[in-house]
Amino acid sequence: MTASVTQTPILRRVGNFLRDNPVIPLIVLLLVLVAVLQYLRPGIVNERWIANTIKFAIPLAMIAACQTLTMLTGGIDLSAGIVATVASFVMATQVPLVGVGPAIAYAMIAAVLVGLLNGVGVAFFRVHPLIMTLGSGLIATGCLQVYQRLVIASGSSVPEFLTWLGTGRWGVVPNAMIVFLPFAALILWAQSRTGFGRLLYAVGSNERAARLSGVRAWQVYLALYVLSALIAGVAGLLYIGMIRTASLSLANALMLPSVAAAVVGGTSIFGGRGGYGGTIVGALILTVLGTLLTLLQMPEGARRVLFGAIILAVTAIYVRLTDQG
Amino acid sequence: MIRLLQKNGWVLGLVALMVLLFVMTKVIQPNFGASGIGALSRAALPFAFATAGMAIVVIVGGIDLSVASMMAVAGVASAALMHALGNEGSLLVILAVLALGLAMGAINGALIVVTKVPDIVVTLAMLFVWEGVALLILSAPGGSAAPALRAIITGPVSVPFLPEAITAFIPKSLVVLVVCLAVVWVPLSHSKLGLWIYAVGSDPLAAFRSGVPIGLTRIVAYALCGLFAALGGLSLTLSTGIGEPIPGPYLMASVAAVVLGGVVLGGGVGGLLGPIIAVFILRILRMDLTLLSVDPNVSAIIEGTIMAVVVMFGGLVALRGRRA
Repeated sequence: MTASVTQTPILRRVGNFLRDNPVIPLIVLLLVLVAVLQYLRPGIVNERWIANTIKFAIPLAMIAACQTLTMLTGGIDLSAGIVATVASFVMATQVPLVGVGPAIAYAMIAAVLVGLLNGVGVAFFRVHPLIMTLGSGLIATGCLQVYQRLVIASGSSVPEFLTWLGTGRWGVVPNAMIVFLPFAALILWAQSRTGFGRLLYAVGSNERAARLSGVRAWQVYLALYVLSALIAGVAGLLYIGMIRTASLSLANALMLPSVAAAVVGGTSIFGGRGGYGGTIVGALILTVLGTLLTLLQMPEGARRVLFGAIILAVTAIYVRLTDQG
Repeated sequence: MIRLLQKNGWVLGLVALMVLLFVMTKVIQPNFGASGIGALSRAALPFAFATAGMAIVVIVGGIDLSVASMMAVAGVASAALMHALGNEGSLLVILAVLALGLAMGAINGALIVVTKVPDIVVTLAMLFVWEGVALLILSAPGGSAAPALRAIITGPVSVPFLPEAITAFIPKSLVVLVVCLAVVWVPLSHSKLGLWIYAVGSDPLAAFRSGVPIGLTRIVAYALCGLFAALGGLSLTLSTGIGEPIPGPYLMASVAAVVLGGVVLGGGVGGLLGPIIAVFILRILRMDLTLLSVDPNVSAIIEGTIMAVVVMFGGLVALRGRRA
């Protein structure tokens, strides 16, 4: 009698605990990974390494914010990486032509256009966000290639202050924190304390119920996907400040880790559960994991297999846990 | 007769559209003839296989986002095998690639059934996994295609007793496509398993209560999708002569062709004929854009927009269906 009766509640309690506080076990996992790294290569963990890790985690965490917010409504934004690339490329190529201010404005306009396309497809035509954002990403890539031909003569440059933001550090704190701290605070505040944030959870938990209680779901989706594209655009500008060269596939590599970061961070891909706090830790975990894999000289293919497996395993575990709860 | 027309109205409309597009092509390029049709059919081959696989999983009520990645795995695996074995190992290569496809698809299906995670999430994760596997097999484009196998899909067929003027218009690749699809689909759609696939797609709960083994049906459908994806990957390698580990644009194209072909996203409706005709329609459109000497990047945008519009339209149709 004891075994079967006590086992289930413990599992359930652990499940509930993990669901309510995903950040605590995640931080433990992060510390374990750092410890493993320090064990494999003693002395690697120093001030400079910490600053670098945080620096590389910031653009990832920002693009993962797009995934987190859209996942709260049961969606996903697979165009975020491409939007970041588009924004950075447009900005870098427009700076020599029109100056820094207008260039950034153009970059944001380009990002918002993709977001609008996603929003319209999801809100009015009810296309599954995954397919919609995948398609808009393809279209955006095509447009970028045509655009590249038009500006091929003008060259590109990255504004001084973006390189300062992207590469500089102050002790263990990279300069990009100036952007990221207010951004993270805003998202964390918005997701739990504002009407919009709660609408995201409401639509994600049960769209029908939300609709019947007077929520206009299309407004939520439209605003959400535009916001997501804006965040991706800003992340792209930060990222190009770090890399310092414009390219047609700059931030596309962040796509897969960003989904993984949000999923690992405890945001349910089915909507209604999770939050940005976990995602930030998730982004740090993936960055450290990336260093670890590089240290172990794992090829790119194996890395992708591993990331895919992580997404699947974590989602499967969450499904199990929520079935029991 | 009228009932037959009503039942196949969508497919007939697609055929009419295809004929119209052929006429348009002939107007744009007056000397469009047998060689044009051969090139078109060869270019459509990987798309058609990907679409056939996608159509089966959409009919069973799922979706397979990993289809392009599985094609990449099959493509590089066959390229590597053919490079090692040459002409002698042709049969072995074909069998190995088919087995590989079935295995990949069955893994996708089994993961969906066992983990109870929705198809779209599992196959998204598997998209990355298969992409990684393809990169592990060949980290850069490489390998080669056996000339004996390449001959299977190049050039027109030769049939005894038929004048060459007629056979020139029947490319081998089209025959390969029709034979491959028919061998799998015709017996399947007349069997119990085929009925189960439609039953699970229309209403899983009702199917379960009528004694249909839902899990098994799903796994079989995904395995068939893997099989077709593998054929697609093989045909891609055969037509380019090289194995390419980075997946091509086959995911969006296959979803768009499936939707345009009258298979409703959500399951239980449609067949293979409509989507395959839709593939040819989309390919002819692409060819016409090239013939009109539109910048290839611009035509990529136009193509992407058409696909997005088709998928949006499909979403709208599915929404109507749910409300009605």
